[in-house]
Amino acid sequence: MAELLRTHPLQAWSTALERLPDTVGITAEPFVAMAVVRLGAAASEALDAALPTVPNTWAQHGTGRAVWLGPDEWLLSSTTETPEQLEARIRAAVVPLGGSVTDVSAQRIGLRLTGARVRDVLAKGCSIDLHPRVFGRGNSAQTLLGQAGVVLLALSDVGDDFLVLVRASFAGYLADWLLDAALEFTPTHDS
Amino acid sequence: MQLIECPWCGPREEVEFHYGGQAHVPYPDAPAEVSDEEWAHYVFFRDNTKGRFAERWCHSAGCRRWFNAIRDTATYRFESVHRLDAPQPHATELARSRRSTAP
Repeated sequence: MAELLRTHPLQAWSTALERLPDTVGITAEPFVAMAVVRLGAAASEALDAALPTVPNTWAQHGTGRAVWLGPDEWLLSSTTETPEQLEARIRAAVVPLGGSVTDVSAQRIGLRLTGARVRDVLAKGCSIDLHPRVFGRGNSAQTLLGQAGVVLLALSDVGDDFLVLVRASFAGYLADWLLDAALEFTPTHDS
Repeated sequence: MQLIECPWCGPREEVEFHYGGQAHVPYPDAPAEVSDEEWAHYVFFRDNTKGRFAERWCHSAGCRRWFNAIRDTATYRFESVHRLDAPQPHATELARSRRSTAP
């Protein structure tokens, strides 16, 4: 049987994304392991690194991140573990407390948006206030970007670094949408 | 477009929410014993209030949590939002506010 190679859903967009100027840089993040944890809020301190309990925030969690998705729901990611290792590690910690964990590594992919104008690009299809005064590093939001549901993470305190987690089947749509939204900040050459 | 205040996420655009109908409709204590007519009333019959109305809403594009809201059906204004674990607004309070908006 032929070996099935995992391909990135945005492979076909890689040249178009590379052509963008630094002020509206968009790069597809490599795959990371992700897991959704459901755990009563009172028990959220149980994991070795505490989960964020303030709505719409994220915190560093080992090599990855812990994102608040709901009062009893978090998205954990890890850049060094395989999805199986991450799920097993979290399961050992939360199942005795009545929680559950599900591997969702294949659900979302990350798009890293860096540059001075990415906030203007995001603002074209996102209604929440992204000014660093209210959406600085550590904030997150689950919202709509264009027509796609996304998890938006602020990685910088000056509003020039965002991570957009989007469902893999929406990634192509969102990449097209972002390229279109970035058009006005992209220098065009007649030659 | 109006902003709806999600009790968890704060004000968000209306398109992120879904409507869930009238809130606080009690499930029958003994569903197997009610008559067909009573069951039909439980399943299909809802108030059609003009004025303040207790409703269920879901922040489906955000935290995906259900919550209760008091909305004025005449002006579309959201008067207040409540988490599901919050006590339900007192019936007389709703009735009083209903009278105050009557023409």
